[in-house]
Amino acid sequence: MNMEVIGKSVIRKEAQEKVTGRALYTHDYHSTRKLSGRVVLSPYAHARITSIDTSNARKVTGVRAILTGENIALTGESMRDRPPLATDKVRYHGEAVVLVVADTPAQGDLAASLINIQYELLPVVHTPTQAFQNNAPLVHERLGEYKKEKDVYPVPGTNIAHHVKIRKGNVEKGLAESSVTVEAEYSFSPSDHAAMETRSSIAEIRPDGTIKIMTSSQAPFMVKQLIASYFNEDLGKIVVDTPLVGGAYGGKAAVQLELLAYLGSKAVGGLPVEIFNEREQDIIMSPCHIGLDAKVKIGADPNGIIKAMKIQFLWDGGAYSDKLIDLTRAGAVDCTGPYKVENVWCDSYGMYTNHTYATPFRGFSHSELSFAIERTVDLLAKKLQIDPLELRYRNAIKPGHTTPTRVLLNQSNVGNLQECIEKLRKLIRWEEGQVKEINERLVRVKGISCSWKTSTIDPNAPSGVILTFNRDGSINLMSGVVEIGTGTKTVLAQILAEKMKMNVEKIHVRMKVDTQTTPEHWKTVASRGIYMAGRALLEAADDVIAQLKNIASIVLRAPTEDLEVANSRVFIKDNPRIGVDFKEICYGYQYPNGNSIGGQIIGRGNFILRHLTYLDPETGEGNPGPEWTVAAYGVEVEFDRRDLTYRLIRAASVIDIGIVLNEKAALGQVMGAMSMGLSFAGRETFYYDELGQVLNPQLRTYRPLRYGENPEYLVDFVYTPDLQAAYGARGVGEHGLLGMPGALGNALSLAANVSLHHLPLTPELIWKTKAGKV
Amino acid sequence: MKLHTINLNINDQVRTVTVRTGDTLLYTIREKLGLTGAKPGCLNGDCGACTINVDGWPMKSCLMMAVEGQGKQIKTIEGLGNTLIQQAFVEHFAFQCGYCTPGFIMNCHSLILKKPDADDSTIKEWLESNICRCTSYIEIETAVKSALEKNKHHSN
Repeated sequence: MNMEVIGKSVIRKEAQEKVTGRALYTHDYHSTRKLSGRVVLSPYAHARITSIDTSNARKVTGVRAILTGENIALTGESMRDRPPLATDKVRYHGEAVVLVVADTPAQGDLAASLINIQYELLPVVHTPTQAFQNNAPLVHERLGEYKKEKDVYPVPGTNIAHHVKIRKGNVEKGLAESSVTVEAEYSFSPSDHAAMETRSSIAEIRPDGTIKIMTSSQAPFMVKQLIASYFNEDLGKIVVDTPLVGGAYGGKAAVQLELLAYLGSKAVGGLPVEIFNEREQDIIMSPCHIGLDAKVKIGADPNGIIKAMKIQFLWDGGAYSDKLIDLTRAGAVDCTGPYKVENVWCDSYGMYTNHTYATPFRGFSHSELSFAIERTVDLLAKKLQIDPLELRYRNAIKPGHTTPTRVLLNQSNVGNLQECIEKLRKLIRWEEGQVKEINERLVRVKGISCSWKTSTIDPNAPSGVILTFNRDGSINLMSGVVEIGTGTKTVLAQILAEKMKMNVEKIHVRMKVDTQTTPEHWKTVASRGIYMAGRALLEAADDVIAQLKNIASIVLRAPTEDLEVANSRVFIKDNPRIGVDFKEICYGYQYPNGNSIGGQIIGRGNFILRHLTYLDPETGEGNPGPEWTVAAYGVEVEFDRRDLTYRLIRAASVIDIGIVLNEKAALGQVMGAMSMGLSFAGRETFYYDELGQVLNPQLRTYRPLRYGENPEYLVDFVYTPDLQAAYGARGVGEHGLLGMPGALGNALSLAANVSLHHLPLTPELIWKTKAGKV
Repeated sequence: MKLHTINLNINDQVRTVTVRTGDTLLYTIREKLGLTGAKPGCLNGDCGACTINVDGWPMKSCLMMAVEGQGKQIKTIEGLGNTLIQQAFVEHFAFQCGYCTPGFIMNCHSLILKKPDADDSTIKEWLESNICRCTSYIEIETAVKSALEKNKHHSN
């Protein structure tokens, strides 16, 4: 296909805003009437609240209201287990307990510091493995009483919030028939998204009852639905605005501050109240990146062909189940990694612990499960003395195979993993060997991994697009996708420009989402922005083209079949000189005598995913997502055998992307995701003390990768179109990240000659593992 | 708390503003002067998103009190006009969400002014004070190096 606009590195539509400081994010919107909501956080991970004394705080000048948790509805996306402000007891360090609304942040902080809360400590659940034990303290004593969606399976009397079972084939038979088995356990603690824009929300209730919320969110439409549902508000009277979002990575898919801002505004007669997270609060109070304890057993024949996998995931969901339910399921449906496995047994448990509750993190359970699976695949390769790249190639998932939930894969719904592996082999010069000695201290070592991912979003998730014209023939594009940094809005403009064969500069995208006038896009998550909004957009473009041709056929006195659209013009196919410009017909065509026909052209399109199902509760059978993007990865480190430190030299990803829509934007997505993956793999985690307090809630102690610590990045693509997607494009926003923990873990395990089973992969971890201290 | 009415020279204009002793320069320029390009990413100097220029040098405005800004030449991202570094950031896709961008650009802008011949290690020393969570840093490296290069040609 010859493309004019698609594939080009079209400059982002919001580029000038962003390099001049004029781009506005939620906390940048000012009004002199905006009150400040400050939150008092729990210092303990698990404790009974015995008293709250707010009397001194109420005397502070500027204080308008002080709220505590009683009489507020329970919240939670799949199961209502979370009070917006803690009542009776606190379940994590950082949990919101009291909300102070004051004229200024300083007054609010002063008042907050004068609130006296007495706690009685309770035993802390530190890990999902501990939570899983029979005699573990309970995080939720009344688990059986919570209101929940029908496909949520909590086990009352335990800390199990949700359990997903995968039962495919006969795992015991498969293991018995295997000549080799490997088995290992893995664990890592929760960590953080650390978006540079901390979360913030502003709410006000207008005199006519309209609830206006502005929020830094990936899910403005969900904010609207949840506030209506939690607090019995009129859905149509809730309007949620989302301007540019300063990084999200899944962390802004959860709805939290919006609820506090709404409650705060309600307490002060509807005045606008802002909840702005300072960094420490963003890290410990707002939901975090999930932790995992995993057990993996793989059986294979002498050629390394995998016969069976038995897997247990204990997800560290923290104190509340909000998105844990979906994360538990997402981990289960792709539990084996991208390999053909006929016999699968997986128990994926969403566990309550006394940690900050978890929410999606770029990759949605996949980078996490991938670390466990890919380390075990390397153990299998080592045991069988088979090249780890070759072993993955032999077991790679292909059309004709089935997934753990028994979806039959075809040429369209799965990418070409073997081709990814082949390209990776060349990209990282695998034939030169995995290990290269530099000197007696230093050694350079390569590790590899593979991944796959489908999106497990709601089966009925919608996306809509509206197109309107300006009188000069240019087009306004409105989609509910939030611009979180991925450049989606610009790529949508490119898709429209390609489809209409017009100049992309003549397409104006609306950056801000407002739930009243922007058509709904379910949530900007799961690498599904272009996939869904792209299809809705193509339908809207077809609608516009049909309307343009209808008017033009009258003006040009030619049947619509003879007409073509390009360069903002409708013309006769075989005689392009006969035509009419968009600007002459997009608001109706006027004849010289004043008569007019047609009218304003408005295009509409929508998309809903097809044939998705809920999973069978006993076997997991069902269709969880539309397509599987596959990828292969390599990481090369320079390891110092004396002090066990290492330097990242090179990181590579080969992703089956279907088609590249915007080259530099796609490379940016992949390299940025790899950077985040290496940071997660190598350095990011929460450190807790014996009370369950987070010891590193600052960016100096929770330390993401910085400039100059990055390796060289190598990126290549494979192009297997997804026939259901606009121009065949597969999701790519998350995939660069998924394989980094596994590949880094495999490289360092080989380099240090020790099997590493935890994250982050620090020199200290390597030392402890060598010394048998983990 | 004591209030001070002070004059701040910001972006070549004198702005009169009343501040508390405890108001940081970041809080003051954002909340009192409407210059929201500098971002409150951490409020303790860890992330660099609030970087501005003070007398030409990069400064994290969350680490400076507003009253300390008197008598200084302060420049924020709003005071730059289509500089080489801004163009380079656009051209090389050196941002995604854009939140860290003003801080990075102000840091790079000072670097180009103060260290026009900066080598790799100097660039690293300067830019490691800022965090970008979206890009791989390679894009930012490409942008700053291309702007340094163009700047050399311009000044020659």
